[in-house]
Amino acid sequence: MSAPRDKLGRPIVVVTGMGIVTSLGAGKQDNWAKLTAGESGIRTVTRFPIDGLKTTMAGTVDFVTVDPFSSTGLSERLAEMATGEALEQAAIGAKADFPGPLFLAVAPVEVEWPQRLELGRAVGKTEFGYEDMLRVSGGGRFTAYHRRFMFGSIASHLAETFGTKGSPISLSTACASGATAIQLGVEAIRRGEADAALCVGTDGSVNPEAMVRFSLLSALSTQNDPPQAASRPFSKNRDGFVMAEGAGAMVLENYESAIARGAKILGVVAGCGELTDSFHRTRSSPDGKPIIGCMRKTLADAGLEPEQIDHINAHGTATPENDKMEYNTTAVVFGDHLPKIPVSSNKSMVGHTISAAGAVEAVFSLLTLEHQRIPPTINYEIPDPAILFDVVGNKARDAKVTAVMSNSFGFGGQNASLILTREPV
Amino acid sequence: MTEPKSAGAKEVWITGIGIVSSLGEGLDAHWDALNAGKINIDDKRFAPYIVHPLAPVTFDAQIPKKGDQRQMEAWQRIGTYAAGLALDSAGVKGNKEILGRMDMIVAAGGGERDIAVDASILSADAKGNSSPGFLNERLMNDLRPTLFLAQLSNLLAGNIAIVHGVCGTSRTFMGEEAASIDAARIALARIEAGQSDIALVGAAHNGERSDLLVLYEFGDFNLTEKFSPVWQREDRGGFALGSAGCFLVLEAREHAEARGAKPYAKLTKVVADLAQRKQPGTVTKSLEALWLKLGVGDSGTLITGATGVEPVTSDEKAFLRQHPRFAVRATGTIFGHTLETQFPLGLALAALSISRGALFPPNDPTGLEVEKAGSPDQIVVVGAGHWQGEGMALVEAIK
Repeated sequence: MSAPRDKLGRPIVVVTGMGIVTSLGAGKQDNWAKLTAGESGIRTVTRFPIDGLKTTMAGTVDFVTVDPFSSTGLSERLAEMATGEALEQAAIGAKADFPGPLFLAVAPVEVEWPQRLELGRAVGKTEFGYEDMLRVSGGGRFTAYHRRFMFGSIASHLAETFGTKGSPISLSTACASGATAIQLGVEAIRRGEADAALCVGTDGSVNPEAMVRFSLLSALSTQNDPPQAASRPFSKNRDGFVMAEGAGAMVLENYESAIARGAKILGVVAGCGELTDSFHRTRSSPDGKPIIGCMRKTLADAGLEPEQIDHINAHGTATPENDKMEYNTTAVVFGDHLPKIPVSSNKSMVGHTISAAGAVEAVFSLLTLEHQRIPPTINYEIPDPAILFDVVGNKARDAKVTAVMSNSFGFGGQNASLILTREPV
Repeated sequence: MTEPKSAGAKEVWITGIGIVSSLGEGLDAHWDALNAGKINIDDKRFAPYIVHPLAPVTFDAQIPKKGDQRQMEAWQRIGTYAAGLALDSAGVKGNKEILGRMDMIVAAGGGERDIAVDASILSADAKGNSSPGFLNERLMNDLRPTLFLAQLSNLLAGNIAIVHGVCGTSRTFMGEEAASIDAARIALARIEAGQSDIALVGAAHNGERSDLLVLYEFGDFNLTEKFSPVWQREDRGGFALGSAGCFLVLEAREHAEARGAKPYAKLTKVVADLAQRKQPGTVTKSLEALWLKLGVGDSGTLITGATGVEPVTSDEKAFLRQHPRFAVRATGTIFGHTLETQFPLGLALAALSISRGALFPPNDPTGLEVEKAGSPDQIVVVGAGHWQGEGMALVEAIK
């Protein structure tokens, strides 16, 4: 019998393990229960003072602590937790010996304020600049901060902990990063380079400067009270996204080798697509062509017609521009079939997990396929009349779901989509 | 043992090279400077730290809109400029049909700080001004709203898309030196497997940043006081940060031939690993294992991005001693350490040397680098990161 292949003659890529951490909790079970119950993980920030901030809430993961605290350290811990869960489910390889490469979507790393303030206080003067800080930086006192704030540090830790093979790749395509990590894994398996790949997206970067940066770009919701009601995808009164933390991990495998080792198949990554928008650093091309092209490339990659998609896990950030653009472009791609597609945004509950979002939402999409139940878009009280999606508003909906499109769009013109199915197509 | 290639793997050509660095811009300027043994250092501006500053560049030539230039910090301008040079060199600049489906993998750092804002906040903190909302208020008031976009790692790729119209796929790899090794590795694998026809790959680094000097000073990696070639730094290992941008256009042979493109060389292999550097000699072993995957003979030419920091440089020397019939050139001596840009720079100089039919002269009083006459038809490019990540590539003449 010849090896099973997809419509384009390539190895079929399946998912055999998944792990997830969000502000709703750790693990698939807890997340799925809360997600389908319409619970919000958004709360007022307590990790640091919120005085003087326009936005004071976020989807922080407060039940996980790292000491000393850093966003990079938290990102690492969240990735480790999600990966541990995924590997336990996949039961592949041996402990600390994963038989394939690592693709990690991660926020850009930089020295953070607690450490910068510590360095500043070490100078011993009250008026100083970087040249003074340089004089006290060396000599071993801050050695750990070099390692902590290298861009490759989280991937390096995961590679060592889980024994992934080869050079681990850390990547950023902004808010599409998680989807890109999965796409890189799919491509490696299709090339025959690996029979398995570990794809992880993580983000633990709710800190003052990160919040200020998005705030200064007017990207964040300021509907602080109550925080649970801040994230309102597709609503007329939406006013921005809510920053959040989390991690999603997936074990991808070649279908043939997964079957051969008797692994349980959780779903199929049937298609991936990507198309860059060169219009503006933060805004989409007004004609929506790059997003339309991205979705069409993904359909073509999966060998599916628009009519075969029966659920869209939307990017749905709840920024005024994203949701409108996402509707307009989706309407072009799906045409008359669009009213038949239930659409939902997990971000209404878990917030926008930025670098992790594509991976987090891919996990939720596969859980949707498994349970044949679509999580709701909460806070959907005042529908935007210009967005004619069949929004799964406020309450989860049981539905026959065979193929989900999960979309991710990010700053820098990054567009990436995935199509996930229950069975090979 | 040579790493097997899958049947039907496409041949991949390097059809475009763009370099801007402390030595100047463009291939002719670099070739002349390399042959003249030129090195450009600044030991005053960040004294006692030494940097290789970017040569004067008129950014307008590749980034015509001032508005675009204003939206970028130096590392993005350097990279966007070098990317433009590479597209020019490949003859695809302005070719919307090709650029619209050209894939891009950028290796990036990021996070260029507003030094004045940081210093002012830290000084106020040192004076005891630390009310709960102090940091928030200062950041809200003092940060330039668009600075974030100049700090985001994936916005170098974003700027290349906006300025040059490269908009097939866009991926940004991070992780210091290894990021660009993997960028080249993945781009090559995609083209070989028919997942891509043409790709822009490269990186940019601004070495003239006190915030970066602080980061590397945490690990005592900076070279201070007196400049010396990388092979001569043993007692006081360190790197001198360098500013540079380097991009390559990689292309399937059929694709290049169909549009009549002239290649510089072909990229035959890129291999990489992450050794857990816990014992001395680990990097030597890692490089030796990668070497076997290249399947090269017992003599030839090698261009390395050796950093000059220890212990990795000594480990690399031990590896080189096992291949004494290879003529070695270290880009770290000439360009400084340019982190993510070092490996593309090695690939670029390898392709340039092959296309010019000569290897540039050594720049090393220790005798590790020796003269090499004749036209190289194969050059090994080596990269071993200052704290992790090892990789190797094989660049060959097209026969």
